[in-house]
Amino acid sequence: MMGGLLDDFLMRALLAGLMVAAVAGPLGAFVVWRRMAYFGDTVSHSALLGVALGVLLGLNLNLMVTLVCVAIAILLVLLQRRQELASDTLLGILAHSALSLGIVAVTFIEGLRVDLMAYLFGDILAVGTGDLLSIAIGGGVALLLLVMLWRPLLALTVHEELAQVEGVPVLLVRLGLMLLIALVIAAAMQVVGVLLITALMIIPAASARRFAATPEQMAILAGIIGMLAVGAGLWGSFQYDTPTGPTIVVAAMLGFILVHLLPGRLIPHFGGR
Amino acid sequence: MSRKDPTEPAAAEIDASPLLAARDVSLERAGRVILDHVSVQVRPAEVTVVIGPNGAGKTSLLRVLLGLWKPGQGRVQRRRGLRIGYMPQRLQIEPVLPLSVRRFLTLRQRAPEAVLREGLERVGVPHLLHKPVQSLSGGEMQRVLLARALLNRPNLLVLDEPAQGVDIVGQGEVFKLIDDIRHETGCGVLMVSHDLHLVMAGADAVICLNQHVCCTGRPEEVSRHPEYQRLFPETDMQGIGVYRHDHDHVHDVAGDVHEHHAGCGHARRPGPGSDSR
Repeated sequence: MMGGLLDDFLMRALLAGLMVAAVAGPLGAFVVWRRMAYFGDTVSHSALLGVALGVLLGLNLNLMVTLVCVAIAILLVLLQRRQELASDTLLGILAHSALSLGIVAVTFIEGLRVDLMAYLFGDILAVGTGDLLSIAIGGGVALLLLVMLWRPLLALTVHEELAQVEGVPVLLVRLGLMLLIALVIAAAMQVVGVLLITALMIIPAASARRFAATPEQMAILAGIIGMLAVGAGLWGSFQYDTPTGPTIVVAAMLGFILVHLLPGRLIPHFGGR
Repeated sequence: MSRKDPTEPAAAEIDASPLLAARDVSLERAGRVILDHVSVQVRPAEVTVVIGPNGAGKTSLLRVLLGLWKPGQGRVQRRRGLRIGYMPQRLQIEPVLPLSVRRFLTLRQRAPEAVLREGLERVGVPHLLHKPVQSLSGGEMQRVLLARALLNRPNLLVLDEPAQGVDIVGQGEVFKLIDDIRHETGCGVLMVSHDLHLVMAGADAVICLNQHVCCTGRPEEVSRHPEYQRLFPETDMQGIGVYRHDHDHVHDVAGDVHEHHAGCGHARRPGPGSDSR
């Protein structure tokens, strides 16, 4: 029965999208809290380089994308420490170089006829059963890691030095966060593509803020809102024959606008503020 | 709230070895000398204050002592079993992070609501427990930070500019609160401040820092030291109101003195400049 269900490409697409959104939303909350949106963008733009390397070395693409993303993320953190260039300059240089390098590398590989658009904007309708499995594994590991790191990560986000004095292993937790972001990017690449992954993380989280009274509520709501956007986007893309990845992001955006048009009194808040 | 004899906990814990000490610590950052052969110690049940001009390396010294930064040279010794309650200089939390005071207090360790309420009560702000942290004023935030630092019953309280962003009246209250807490709990206090008047008054030991240790000693001694007078030329000796705080009264939550024994020498001898600068 399950096998029959997975035969339907729309069903596979929906399942893949829901799984990715369920983990991209909560992680997105951290991206928003820590002001890492541009950082996430830079790392996800380097994912294409991972694809090229994977093809070149004949390795698993998802694994290679994860590795390259982690490497770029660590490189970024190290370069930011030197503080010779402003952070946004550095991120800009790396984001665009990594993307261009990836595109150049992919087109260089002989015999490989890649649909560049599929990597840039996602190709969720082409998700196969194997892809579904790797998304499930990657997303599952990421979600588990997020739950494990939740408290120390939150402490770090509120005040890094305070957390360090209180015994949070700062370096380790930060590395964990890098790994998390890389895992989610690898999983989300097929759904929305390298150019739009950050949108799937930050837009649902930003929408969730209006309804949330605790960090946990915001994270869980972000996951739910992201899943709604995936459902709506898939439906819209089918209905209007539009590219699926961008349609999902448009759906998320519409949700964001809608949430912010709601009058404040309809939104439960805490502390009487 | 029961009040203990202020001398009791300190006397019970007579172990004169320092809680925390830096021995010949030097630190360079980006080719600039920040700390130059600095040796300091923080003794139990004492208020040790690090003062110095801007860029003197006060916060850097604190970071080294806390173990956040590794010194380039020298070492830092901590007494065994040292529990540090740290109050950072300021805390700015993104408005996009929904965080109540209650949640903020329990970020690292869970605690029953009664304990949290009691902790906030001690610093005079029990009504803030369920407020979003972003809605607090500067003074309220400092009090919440202090309550948090006290949660794990520290034997050393480390405070980085505890009165930052608090108005003049509030500053006095914050320092008085710290002084009271130190007498109640017998914990040592290490504090960095640039506000000489308020801080020197309650200190047991003052370390005047300007990359190197210019002078150390009791506040009266330091204020007479030529190096100190060279660093802070505008503060002549009389500018500092040294007051010894005798605890013969009770403070209410707002920090007001409630019960005043007749003849009690609430020995505040404000110097001529202590309230005017």
